[in-house]
Amino acid sequence: MKELKVSAINKGTVIDHIPAGRGLKVLEILNLFGDNTILVAMNVRSGKLGRKDIIKVEGKILNEEEVNKIALIAPSATVNIIENWEVVEKRKVEIPDEIIGIIECANPNCITHYEEVTPKFKVLSKKPLKLKCHYCERTMEEDIVLKHLL
Amino acid sequence: MRFQDVISINDFRKEDIDYVLRVAERLEEELKKEGTLKYAKGKVLATLFFEPSTRTRLSFESAMHRLGGAVIGFAEASTTSVKKGESLMDTIRTVENYADVIVIRHPREGAARLAAEVARVPVINAGDGANQHPTQTLLDLYTIKKEFGKIDGLDIALLGDLKYGRTVHSLAKALSYYNVRLYFVAPKGLEMPRHIVEEISNKVEIVETSDLEAVIPKVDVLYVTRIQKERFPDPAEYNKIKGSYKVDLKVLEKAKDTLKVMHPLPRVDEIAYEVDNTKYSAYFRQVWSGIPVRMALLGIVLGVIE
Ligand SMILES: [Zn+2]
Repeated sequence: MKELKVSAINKGTVIDHIPAGRGLKVLEILNLFGDNTILVAMNVRSGKLGRKDIIKVEGKILNEEEVNKIALIAPSATVNIIENWEVVEKRKVEIPDEIIGIIECANPNCITHYEEVTPKFKVLSKKPLKLKCHYCERTMEEDIVLKHLL
Repeated sequence: MRFQDVISINDFRKEDIDYVLRVAERLEEELKKEGTLKYAKGKVLATLFFEPSTRTRLSFESAMHRLGGAVIGFAEASTTSVKKGESLMDTIRTVENYADVIVIRHPREGAARLAAEVARVPVINAGDGANQHPTQTLLDLYTIKKEFGKIDGLDIALLGDLKYGRTVHSLAKALSYYNVRLYFVAPKGLEMPRHIVEEISNKVEIVETSDLEAVIPKVDVLYVTRIQKERFPDPAEYNKIKGSYKVDLKVLEKAKDTLKVMHPLPRVDEIAYEVDNTKYSAYFRQVWSGIPVRMALLGIVLGVIE
């Protein structure tokens, strides 16, 4: 079935298969509010996920690093690069080895909560997700990580 | 120079640890022969103690003086502009103009790492909250090496609050670099955290138990730590445990002749005073170990000792 819920774009990036309800969070993390025209579809019926969100960014080709930022909240997402109305590249998002910003440290006594410093984590394991705070050295597992999205 | 800062024992490879211990040994020899040394002449150490820890601060200051250097600093954040709301980063950017090396103790975890990132001069962590106190670990290893002439081949028991004790966590990790057998002796509820056991269990043999008496005859080192009363919701429970882990002459009856008892100090009542003047006690020599080890670290990060 062709997707007709959101109009197609000429050139840009389509982020598909975002878990339903996380679309706005993805926009926030990617910091796309600006000059770009953005089309968001929420709660779209999907065979794979039941419901999903879709984001289309017109005129902007997001690079790998930018897209990978959303891996924590939308690991199922796929990224389509569109040129001349056609998909020229299809990618899966991947959790990077280091996560800078995006989430805060779960340790309430971590110095990052008290100083003007960007939280930084080393990814110890991608599946199951396990992160280690660069500063306080405390580790966080997936359920905790998702509660600490900035 | 092999490292710029001393923030976490996790940053140290085995070669780095062995290197520090070697330099410390050399400095201790020189110190005995010549008295005060001159390696750090003209250099200034700033000790920034955002929370009080008199022993650690005095140990660093003594080490710097014995290296021929000078010391400035504060012992309590309440007497400084920190109290006026100055950020840690601004304090560091200010103090780095006054000093060639900074030793920091701070109640928040990760403070030393952040200080090291901000500072142009080397930073040594003297304790950041519940996280790290790497110089304690290095002086513990140095003590063991001095007492036995080696670390490899020893049976080492860590006793007490293994759950919350920062000291024993770092020590266990560092010891896992060596060919040792580790005994984790803790009361129920205060056992070594799983993630540490998992991390090191493929490197060293570990025996976990709550039975001190069974372990005593087997070990070369008994590393005692304090059990803090406030960790126990039930005072009766605490009193029961407290009694079972008192290291006194009776407990030591079945020990090897060569057993050494260590403790990061201060002790409360977990080691009886009657142990102090026996062949077993190594804890006051352990305090002394802080001097050559901290001299070595200061000298290395200052780049005045090869
Ligand atoms: Zn942290």
